[in-house]
Amino acid sequence: MATAEADAGPIVVADPSERTVAKVTRAAGKLPLNIFLAFVAVLWLIPTIGLFLTSLLSPTDYISNGWWKIFSNPSLATFNNYSNVWNGTDIPTSLRITAEIAIGGTILPIIAASLAGYAFAWIEFPGRDWLFVFVIALLVVPLQMALIPVFHLYNVFHLYDTIAGLIIFHTAFGLPFAIFLLRNFFIGIPKDILESARIDGASEMRIFLKLILPLGLPAIASLAIFQFLWTWNDLLVALVMARNTTPITVDIFSQLRQFGSNIDIIAPASFMSLIIPLLVFFSFQRYFVQGLLAGSVK
Amino acid sequence: MSGSSGGIAVEPPVAAAPPSGDPGVLRRNAVAIGFLAPAAFLLLVMVIYPTIYTIIRSFFGKNAHEGFLPSGSFAGLDNYKALFTTSVLVTAIKNSAIWILVAPAAVTAIGLVFAVLTERIRWSVAFKTVVFMPMAISLFATGVIWHLMYLKDPSQGAVNAAILAVKSWVSPPGALSTASPSTPALTGSPQSGYVLQKPISAGSTAPMGLTAIPPTDVPSGAKQVAAPQPKQGAITGVVWRDFKPGGGVVGKPEQGELGLPGVHVKLINSSGKVLQNATTADDGSFTFDKVGGGTFKTGIAASTFAAPFGGISWLGSQLITPSVIIAYIWVWAGFSMVVIGAGLAAISREVLEAARTDGASEWQVFRRVTVPMLAPVLSVVFITMLINVLKVFDIVISIAPGSSQSDAAVIAVQMWRQSFGGVNDFGLGSAIAVFLFLLVIPILLLNVRRFRREV
Repeated sequence: MATAEADAGPIVVADPSERTVAKVTRAAGKLPLNIFLAFVAVLWLIPTIGLFLTSLLSPTDYISNGWWKIFSNPSLATFNNYSNVWNGTDIPTSLRITAEIAIGGTILPIIAASLAGYAFAWIEFPGRDWLFVFVIALLVVPLQMALIPVFHLYNVFHLYDTIAGLIIFHTAFGLPFAIFLLRNFFIGIPKDILESARIDGASEMRIFLKLILPLGLPAIASLAIFQFLWTWNDLLVALVMARNTTPITVDIFSQLRQFGSNIDIIAPASFMSLIIPLLVFFSFQRYFVQGLLAGSVK
Repeated sequence: MSGSSGGIAVEPPVAAAPPSGDPGVLRRNAVAIGFLAPAAFLLLVMVIYPTIYTIIRSFFGKNAHEGFLPSGSFAGLDNYKALFTTSVLVTAIKNSAIWILVAPAAVTAIGLVFAVLTERIRWSVAFKTVVFMPMAISLFATGVIWHLMYLKDPSQGAVNAAILAVKSWVSPPGALSTASPSTPALTGSPQSGYVLQKPISAGSTAPMGLTAIPPTDVPSGAKQVAAPQPKQGAITGVVWRDFKPGGGVVGKPEQGELGLPGVHVKLINSSGKVLQNATTADDGSFTFDKVGGGTFKTGIAASTFAAPFGGISWLGSQLITPSVIIAYIWVWAGFSMVVIGAGLAAISREVLEAARTDGASEWQVFRRVTVPMLAPVLSVVFITMLINVLKVFDIVISIAPGSSQSDAAVIAVQMWRQSFGGVNDFGLGSAIAVFLFLLVIPILLLNVRRFRREV
């Protein structure tokens, strides 16, 4: 199942040429539909555009003007808020911390999960299916179940308020999904390739590194994007496990208390926090969708 | 790769290749253990042990000692009793119930509609990208975005601005919303209406001048005002725009001043009771007939001054949960659309075309063919959303302002709040987490069963 879907293209899944004939015949009555969907698309864009334009309003202009006033009066727009946030707050530091957590929290689970995924897919050992069922069960365990004990654990092992601590947490809770996704992909790799490599005397580690990883790259890419977005966008884990070494979400959250009076910090900082995820999304949309389709049981 | 696979023919059959002797099995297992070790270690320490700990912890009180396992101040079921009796927690459970009932179904339905409709347009890639984009944005930033959208003041919050625009297009706000009396004789407020304070009796006149009305607000059809003429047994009066460019006498209807038509006026007796209502004519005049003896007052009803739309309080305690759910749908509709769209693409075109050839309408094709064939995909989306909704956290705490936080809170929010957000009761927090866990267990069993069927 996973392999079939992994071969699917980007978001457009259906081949349009098949239906061209039907399309032309029904083209006439499609104007209302096109207008409706255009309306929906605009509706879906407005909130994000609103945040961006709000971030361009000076604090004094913000009080008396909605962000849409910028359309009729472009001179209201200024990048001063951005330079103030960049030079006058801790936001750049939190962005760096966010990036470190996201990168670590993406690489570690990929390593651990691809090893485990390979074992579940291609190495015979007693109780394998049961163990895998157990991993599937772990898929839905809410991370709230771990917050309190891990909080204590981190205090004992000096991982509280560290980047390493946050990375480890995201790794552990990313693992069930990662193992599930990769095992399902690896199992679709043709058996002949593996068996012949084994017969040729290749070690399991060699097979893993030279065959499985390259062939599994599409699934690993999907997983990487998911895990990256998940760790980058996290608020809850960082809120509990960190106080000073905080990612940008926590920093903005602590600003929220005075919503309105410091919108000139909140809006640009929020927009800065979502630029990287949006870039990742637009560059790797294809893999993102594939991962979604392969793993939507989570 | 194809070259090496040629070797199989010369070797013994593949099935016999893994040696079945004991040393081989051990060696194989050692390899498996090696591959599984990193993941197993992390899952044991960070997921499995904490899960057990939290379950045990939920039976201990706030002051229990946190060790390898909790000890001291055993509390039995007290935390669970508190969970269902503390009012903020009951609110959270109710809110979560609303979320569970509304959000997954709404997301699935909207995704289905979008997926079916986008199949018929040429720019479906662009549409899907736009609707899917919020998936990349953190739920926290989504909260900030929608907090801005929902601001109450229509000059700041886009949602209320849009409602205001539609409202003033459909039914313009009270034309005289800015008006105020031209003389102190008329007292009151825009909320209560204005009353001419001087008591009058039958045969008297009641001139009620208003000012501060922009020319654009003067009702169309307004005519030159005429001074009211006394009438036997009746009270006559006029409501007019007591202003003319270049001056004029305040309080007196003059040439060049307009009467105000369509204004609701009322006749009040000495105890303040409204006896009669009337509406002014094109020249602003009105008459109350057969008023009888005694003294009366006349006034202008408050409806004339209906204040313009002040904005719906989306972030207030009444509407906060629906508001957050709308923002949540904005995020997840794209996910639902893409997954259902992939399922749709897998449905054979022939089946759909055959139904159409048989004369089925588009709606019938949708109801009787498309939806039943999509049932497995729809259930996957629905279940995914169900799990997701139970854990919803970031978006709630970032949209809701401080004043409606506890009205908006769901189970996952209260778990954090009770454990780390000031209360610091790890016993109660654990009980909330366990409750959350119990809610996902049916889904967990479903997933396991589905997998076991596949194998």
